[in-house]
Amino acid sequence: MAYKVKIRVTLRPSILDVQGKAVQHALENLGYSTVDAARIGKYIEVTVNEDNNVEAERISEEICQKLLANPVMEDYSIELEEIN
Amino acid sequence: MDTVTIGIVVFPGSNCDHDTEFAAASFSKVTTRMLWHKDHNLQGSDIIILPGGFSYGDYLRAGSIAKFSPIMREVIAFARKGYPVLGICNGFQVLLECGLLEGALSRNRDKKFICRHMHVKVVNNCTMFSSLYDENEVLNLPVAHGEGNYYAPQETIEALEENSQIVFRYCDASGNITEEANLNGSVSAIAGICNREKNVLGLMPHPERASEALLGSNDGARMFEGLVEHALG
Repeated sequence: MAYKVKIRVTLRPSILDVQGKAVQHALENLGYSTVDAARIGKYIEVTVNEDNNVEAERISEEICQKLLANPVMEDYSIELEEIN
Repeated sequence: MDTVTIGIVVFPGSNCDHDTEFAAASFSKVTTRMLWHKDHNLQGSDIIILPGGFSYGDYLRAGSIAKFSPIMREVIAFARKGYPVLGICNGFQVLLECGLLEGALSRNRDKKFICRHMHVKVVNNCTMFSSLYDENEVLNLPVAHGEGNYYAPQETIEALEENSQIVFRYCDASGNITEEANLNGSVSAIAGICNREKNVLGLMPHPERASEALLGSNDGARMFEGLVEHALG
């Protein structure tokens, strides 16, 4: 069985997101006065070939901790989807 | 020790490796070795330098992929034994990613890539990297980075202060630590830190690009000289 794992990595709220700020200013200039905040993160998709979702989730968690996110300044979320 | 061997790690995307070798090799009794990232041994190095550049194209995060290079396993073991390891710019980012130093580097406060000479204050001259500088001496060193904004949680900053691990801070020409002089927005104006044991140092400025008066400053030369003197004993 395989799982598609959708991983979102975002800067911690306490970290200044300069890219997000630049985008927000651009949106303001376009006249979107109700758009209040923009934060930019990363979206990573991996396929994990495992028999069960417990193991797939464990591996996803591990790769986020080890490589995909930097726990000093980033948070991450994991979403598993079963594929054939 | 009669001679000193300085190993310079070369990752795909390193671009300050030869400048660093040039600066390091300018002292007598020094032999240099270029260490390819796929190598498994440090070829008898007494000092290891991780140079600046864009290892692995800065993909994912600066330094995040370089930390898993085969050579880094050896560098980490070498550092843990107490031998000197210096990380310059991208090398500093690698040292943070692999956990030899604490904290992280994020995008510069003003979103710009900063490429210019800056004033850097020697806050601690009791390390093997800074022993030839005077305490509070103001150095003229070039920086060239987009992600040099040092960040660490408050408790880490306090621990760094307490253990005198902050070695360099950005300052103005008179040595004052000000918001304007801290161009990249680093917490506590941090330009360089060392580990608790003081044998691993990372900094954003480039000492190798300030190793001769012809380059506009030779303030960086004493960092290499201090390391060589320390190794010679």
